[in-house]
Amino acid sequence: MSEHEIAATVDGATETATVEARRLLVHALRENWGYTQPTVGCESGKCGACTVEMDGEVVKSCCVLAVQADGSEITTVGGIEGAPDGLAEVGGDDVAAADDDGFGPVQRSFHEEHGLQCGYCTPGMILRSRDLLAANPDPSREEIREGLKGNVCRCTGYENVVDAVEAAARKLEPIETDGGAPEDAVDAADGGAD
Amino acid sequence: MFPPQFDYERPDSLDAALDALADEDAVPLAGGHDLVPMLKARERTPGTVVDLGGLAALRGVERVVADGTERLSIGALTTDAALLDADPAGVDALLDATSEVGDAQIRNRGTVGGNLAAAHPASDIPAATLAAGATLHLVGPDGDRTVPAGEFATGDHETVCTDDELVTRVSVPLDPDAGGAYARKTHPSTGYAAVGVAARLRVVDGAVADPRVAAVGLLDVPTRLPAVEGALVGVDAGSPVDAVAGAAERATEGIDGAVREDHVVSAGQRCAVLPEYTERAVSAALARAVGREGVVA
Amino acid sequence: MSGEESVIEAEGAVPTTADEGAAAGGESVGDSPLRREDARALRGETTYTDDFGQEAAALAFVRSPHAHAEVAGIDTEAAEAIDGVVAVYTWGDLAESDAPMRLPVRTGPLDCEVPGHPVLAADRVRYDGQPVAAVVAKDRYVAADGVEAVEVEYDPLPVETDPEAAASEDAPTLFEDAPDNVAAVGELGDREATDRAFAAAEEVVSVELENNRLIPSALEPRAALAEHDRTEGFTVTMTSQSPHGHRRKLSHTLGVPERQIRVISPDVGGGFGHKGHHHPGEAMAAWAARELGESVKWTATRSANYREGAHGRDHRTTAELALDADGRFRGLRVDTHAGIGGYALGGGGAMPGWYGRLLASQYEIPAIYCRSRCVFTTTAPVHSYRGAGRPEAIYVTERLVDVAAEELGADPVELRRRNFLDPDGFPHETAVGATYDSGNYEPTLESAVDAVSGLPRGGERDDDGRLRGVGIASYVESTGGGFESGVVRVHPDGGVTVSAGTHDHGQGHGTIYAQIVADEHPVAPEEIEVVEGDTDKIPTGTGTFGSRSTVVGGNAVAESAQEVFGKAREIAAHELDADPGAVETTDSGFRVADGAGEGSDAGDQRVSFAEVADRAYGRGLPEGLSPGLEATTFYELDNTAYTFGTHAVAVAVDPETGEYEVERYVAVDDCGVRVNPRIVEGQVHGGVAQGLGQARSERATYGADGALAASTMLDYALPRASDLPDIETRAQETPSPDNELGVKGIGEGGTVAAPPALVNAVVDAVPGVDHLDMPVTAERVRTAIED
Repeated sequence: MSEHEIAATVDGATETATVEARRLLVHALRENWGYTQPTVGCESGKCGACTVEMDGEVVKSCCVLAVQADGSEITTVGGIEGAPDGLAEVGGDDVAAADDDGFGPVQRSFHEEHGLQCGYCTPGMILRSRDLLAANPDPSREEIREGLKGNVCRCTGYENVVDAVEAAARKLEPIETDGGAPEDAVDAADGGAD
Repeated sequence: MFPPQFDYERPDSLDAALDALADEDAVPLAGGHDLVPMLKARERTPGTVVDLGGLAALRGVERVVADGTERLSIGALTTDAALLDADPAGVDALLDATSEVGDAQIRNRGTVGGNLAAAHPASDIPAATLAAGATLHLVGPDGDRTVPAGEFATGDHETVCTDDELVTRVSVPLDPDAGGAYARKTHPSTGYAAVGVAARLRVVDGAVADPRVAAVGLLDVPTRLPAVEGALVGVDAGSPVDAVAGAAERATEGIDGAVREDHVVSAGQRCAVLPEYTERAVSAALARAVGREGVVA
Repeated sequence: MSGEESVIEAEGAVPTTADEGAAAGGESVGDSPLRREDARALRGETTYTDDFGQEAAALAFVRSPHAHAEVAGIDTEAAEAIDGVVAVYTWGDLAESDAPMRLPVRTGPLDCEVPGHPVLAADRVRYDGQPVAAVVAKDRYVAADGVEAVEVEYDPLPVETDPEAAASEDAPTLFEDAPDNVAAVGELGDREATDRAFAAAEEVVSVELENNRLIPSALEPRAALAEHDRTEGFTVTMTSQSPHGHRRKLSHTLGVPERQIRVISPDVGGGFGHKGHHHPGEAMAAWAARELGESVKWTATRSANYREGAHGRDHRTTAELALDADGRFRGLRVDTHAGIGGYALGGGGAMPGWYGRLLASQYEIPAIYCRSRCVFTTTAPVHSYRGAGRPEAIYVTERLVDVAAEELGADPVELRRRNFLDPDGFPHETAVGATYDSGNYEPTLESAVDAVSGLPRGGERDDDGRLRGVGIASYVESTGGGFESGVVRVHPDGGVTVSAGTHDHGQGHGTIYAQIVADEHPVAPEEIEVVEGDTDKIPTGTGTFGSRSTVVGGNAVAESAQEVFGKAREIAAHELDADPGAVETTDSGFRVADGAGEGSDAGDQRVSFAEVADRAYGRGLPEGLSPGLEATTFYELDNTAYTFGTHAVAVAVDPETGEYEVERYVAVDDCGVRVNPRIVEGQVHGGVAQGLGQARSERATYGADGALAASTMLDYALPRASDLPDIETRAQETPSPDNELGVKGIGEGGTVAAPPALVNAVVDAVPGVDHLDMPVTAERVRTAIED
């Protein structure tokens, strides 16, 4: 029943706590540090309401021990900005400047397409949708549905969620890079997360 | 839904990890998607959870040549997502199966070794490693040993890996001529496979050769489908449709053991859909193999 | 915005709503302004119950692993010894207090006297998961440790989870006063007239069916944070669809006056009925908070939430339809056993007795008789779940119509059309006592049929070898029952606070009520704040369920707005020195209408609404007007409003595996005037998704031992994004003549229409099969084909 000092960067802020080994990351975020954006829906790893980004990858924080997150960088939906990784909004800064809600294009698309009702799944759904688009900027509806299968929504029937991700894709374009060769794929796997 | 008390250690070397696991109440933690839910349900009550996250040496994918054959060596702690990102050639079925694991979030945490070591009967990856004739590398206090994929799991969440051993890597024989694929019927509630079938075969002189077909979700352990394999040998790769379907129809022949069932999917339904998913896996594997026929390594 | 003038003539398929509204940027009734609720959720700034009280003590329940047992003994010693455990309570502790601590049961409609569900089991448990003891600890982890350490000795008793079997002679009895386990028998319609209709009928068809037991599965589990102060009484922050309803129920359970209880329902993560019922958690948290003098929070785990219910549906029905030689429906006879679980929860015990009120669906059926037996089973309580009787009734009728079409060799579309009620015959009273306010069924049918016309059907095999089927279901839905409060309060600066006794948990009330108030009145939506969910801030109300909020809440708010702005107009007229009849509204105030004032510049004589508001609370009011600018309306319809429509489904079935794909889903709904078409569409999507969940995969299965097999989200087949098809929506607007706004509810239509539409489609695809029970799993389809 060991206790552990942990520190993590959450939405840009340094947070520390002493936690029991058994404490789940989602409870450290919600109760120790007050980040209530990730919610708890199923507790079995199915629903994805507790999704956060951990060191750049979306994870289900109800299946991660808080102590495992020691030293990591965590982003909740409260900490995201702008477009997903590797993408830029078509029209660039003008669009962002005109958007007084401060939403990124994915959030704005959920708003415009009525892609949320009760909002409980929304933080996880937004984070996973951004992640999906970063990996596949032009997904088909089938790819979106398959890609969101780790995020359960009981309100929308997913119809407008899929519409929202499609709409977000239309708002986004890959950032032009200066032609560097892609890393050797096999070597790249070395950098995988824990 | 809150884990019981336990101690936590995060060793930074394999030796330290083995030391920690020598404690009989210790369990290893990799991606956590099998263990953590069981802790939350208090179905497991370990004294110590040994987090393997610090063992960087157990991550990564590389090609190795051993005994004159080329193999892909996958570190046990390589996440499913990292394996998919690496996209190595020659392990089609493994990549197909890995892409079916859980969902994106789970694949970011879940590891290839953890998936195998957990020995969930409906997990996808074990079908692919069995079809590929992969070998698991284990290390324990008494040294290293290797176990063929087909001899690793002994039951539902049971394996030959003892409590003080760890799976360090899985090595998959590479055959540039071979084609592989995985097809599954997703279980409507669990999200695991109701049945999943991995196939791997070659085309030699226009005919199917060396087929290996394995299923998960069917029995408590991954199982080869011997009748399918037998029927596939020599099938004309040029017009295989009826022959593959005919072979797939025999999927349940020679299966040894009780077919799994639960309140959502019966044993009968698993057997009934097995031919369909066998046919899909074999057809896709064959299409890939045909594309590679004659390619020299 | 209201009344006959706004009738949009139904002309077959009205365009889909997807691109309407917001594109035009309007914010009036009928536009689709973007939801004001979204911003907080998109940033994660919503505050659900569990987000509050992070320092509160945690409450957790020891739950029975047996479905039916005597509680022989409880040993709490080991749990109490755990560091951090504050207290462990059993029924003995509750019984010593002056609080009844039994959840109230509405016994009026029951045929037996049964005790209410005890918050902790008194001496016997009647379902798997029933709370037996309560542990309060410093946090939820320690509370879970405490739960594990409590030792309970049970003497197991026989179980029966099936309602039909539970009503048989050899079933175990749950309550002495209901020896056959039948809590109530509900009868609707005229039995003798129906028997005569059957005796005279040319054709009689029948079907036996199960309406499968479901778990509502809102993504947020139920939770309650209770505080007690000797002066203020109780404050319970909880997941409630009905704050005033919960206050009333807590008052009964705790034995304290309602005025001593404040219920706050903050953001709530989905309801679907199960957050309208009263469960042990909130009562136990409140009791313990008073006992301990500290805040106590209970948050259900998912499995606890699944095991304690309330579940929905669980009907077993035999139904017969009598037809004449022309295929006209002459009689409908229905006999149902409905499981109500191990306890009658509130009015849930008798609810199935009324479900037959919608059995006439859209048809002229002169004689109907329905008998429903409400049966205790050793399962979690059953109560209203999205639809609450409506899906059960329509499923019976719409399946029967398809069975009749098959047996008579008739086209199911034509058979429906032939029996539709005459659009000029409304209001129409059915043989089971429902009075439909308005309807025009044929255009919605035509629109749905048109969407699937030309698609292969009837078991036709396509090139891919799959069997094609098309199914339709027509429905009516009763919406807007009960009273509701609506307050419009104008502040001296002209800002407006609107409040209502309804509760938003995804339906967009803030957006809708602001549209209603801003429509025709000189105030911009952004000047309107909408408040719900606090019994201290809102006059007594009823809550959000049964597709009622826009109907009764919306009209309550609209009526208050009429009163407030009528008074404002009088004040404005006084200011403008004009006759009130000569004053018209502008976007932000009032002016003298052109040609009504003195001189040609009458239209330039203006007063802003803010100035009027200021006058309302100051000096210079016209004679006879008292100060103040606010109104409260308690609104109730004499008769509910009847939404209707037709849904069409096309499926492709793999005959080898029984797996099938929904290739097309089209929902055509008419909920009268749509205040916000985009929100209406979202409600249809969600309802259809839950309806397809019921039809295709969901089932709250109990094992032979009486334990809930579907006790986690991994065991209950809740649809994922990858499990559902695209859902196309079309709308028609036939205003309700009975309310000013002309609206009808839409929250439940999808759960009503989707199940029969889907089953009809699969049955159409599979030759020689006349019925398949839900969930229509691949296995059921495959074995039906094989047989």
